[in-house]
Amino acid sequence: MYCDEKFVIMYAQKGDNLNIMENKELALHAKNIRRNIVKEVYSAQSGHPGGSLGATDILTELYFEEMDINEENLNTLNRDRFVLSKGHASPALYAVLAEKGFLPEEELTTFRAINSRLQGHPNMNYVEGVDMSTGSLGQGISCAVGMALANKLDKNDHRIYTVLGDGECQEGQVWEATMSAAHYKLDNLCIIVDNNNLQIDGHVDEGMSVYPLDKKFEAFNCHVINIDGHDFDQLRAALKEARETKGMPTVIVAKTIKGKGVSFMEDQQGWHGVAPNEEQYHAAMKELEAE
Amino acid sequence: MAKVATRVAYGDALKELMVENKNVVVLDADLAGSTKSGEAKKVDPARHFDMGIAEGNMMSVAAGLAASGKIAYASTFAMFATGRGFEQIRNSIGYPQLNVKICASHAGISVGEDGASHQCIEDVSLMRGIPGMKVIVPCDYNEAKQACKAVAEIDGPCYVRLGRSGVESVNGDDYKFELGKGVVLQKGEKVALVATGLMVQEALEAAKKMETAPTVVNIHTIKPIDKELIVELAKTHDKIVTCEEHSIIGGLGSAVAEVLAEAGTACKLVRVGVQDVFGESGKPAQLFAKYKIDADAIVEACTK
Repeated sequence: MYCDEKFVIMYAQKGDNLNIMENKELALHAKNIRRNIVKEVYSAQSGHPGGSLGATDILTELYFEEMDINEENLNTLNRDRFVLSKGHASPALYAVLAEKGFLPEEELTTFRAINSRLQGHPNMNYVEGVDMSTGSLGQGISCAVGMALANKLDKNDHRIYTVLGDGECQEGQVWEATMSAAHYKLDNLCIIVDNNNLQIDGHVDEGMSVYPLDKKFEAFNCHVINIDGHDFDQLRAALKEARETKGMPTVIVAKTIKGKGVSFMEDQQGWHGVAPNEEQYHAAMKELEAE
Repeated sequence: MAKVATRVAYGDALKELMVENKNVVVLDADLAGSTKSGEAKKVDPARHFDMGIAEGNMMSVAAGLAASGKIAYASTFAMFATGRGFEQIRNSIGYPQLNVKICASHAGISVGEDGASHQCIEDVSLMRGIPGMKVIVPCDYNEAKQACKAVAEIDGPCYVRLGRSGVESVNGDDYKFELGKGVVLQKGEKVALVATGLMVQEALEAAKKMETAPTVVNIHTIKPIDKELIVELAKTHDKIVTCEEHSIIGGLGSAVAEVLAEAGTACKLVRVGVQDVFGESGKPAQLFAKYKIDADAIVEACTK
């Protein structure tokens, strides 16, 4: 079992505030972001749609509610920062930055093309708002630890967020990084695991099980919260709980569905790193049409 | 004058850097006493991070600190810095060109008794291949201290190779380290000994034993290498003998060979270094003799 349903349901019941209006707005942003993800990967005829669509709600909640980031502070260290440790979900990050207005939307179709700023995996020197160059799994979380250490040192109260893949947790470096984050009591660091139980070659629990993730992170002295990674109420509550947790980093194990939003891509191993053909593209865009 | 290891110079440089530059932070992987990075802790413990025996994580954490405006010095033994941490150095530090200074100690076979597992003879080769990485191999205390301080002023990733064993002073007190500039220590004829790191002392020792005094050059910066000087040496000498405490593959010898080949300058090249084999336990002097990189071996190489 890759996620304990019981904990997720318990967490949902904790929901004291049902932000219906906010959630509707977030859902609209998420839909636009998903459309742009599909567009990017279709334009490039390469890239990773599955993990990008699956992580979209997490990124939407981060960028449209949780994080202190805007046009004015974008180019400074005086804001919350985000490291996409699972760098192959770059289409999601670029689409979020475009949705925020930090990146021209029309540029998204240059994804993975020659001379484009939108590299297959994110390059921090090309795009404002990309806070770390990532792509090699396991390294982004360590970089986030370094940023959190720097903020502690500088008495900068801004927070550092990072999203990992569950398959990524097979990398030993993830555990080295977690050990160091807990050792240095980095309560300004929030680690979110995009837990879709799929990796390139198949299911995570069948290929090389990382489970139980929550108990592992707990044993590494982190505060752990299990949630449904597509439920904005749960995401909002968990990020608030993370902010209020002192003396240790928080790990949010967010249960997600890879390919979420495009029915034929959902929970399909085959959509890890494959681009849709023309017919599939139109079918996907139809599903993602705004209401 | 007493022999002092270049790693000691690193510790002394950090003591000053920690006071002079508040942006300097230091990381180590449970070897702060050996690498001498622990000297930084004495100045400001809050800016020295022991990352445990986890070198890969240390390199990426250093990258994160640098991405937050810090000048991050990361230290451990050369073997684990560049070997274990290679991909983190390449992708977290090199690719984004972050301001991390990898000052690695215990490089080469002069590590001695610990044996081959700890004698890194591939680090210069590994670091040289990373785009934008500067590679410096200081020869004595004075040069090492200046180099360790100079890299703080260079924007981007740098690798400084430091040794465990004590070395005599080569440069005078008025010596001024200049990145990328080779230093002609003595002018001679026919043969030019082009050395780096503690092999500069061996080259000077060898020069004393030769009938015709050779030119002796200290190449402390392997990348960017002083092409102009090397081509000039090739034009004015019959033979260049490179001297390094590193594999002959990928280090100074290779870098000089590349310069010579591209310049099209006809000059015989002999590479003194570890000849594509692993080292072993023993005293540094015994190892230098056995692996043919001591002064006698350099003299012999000049006759080839």
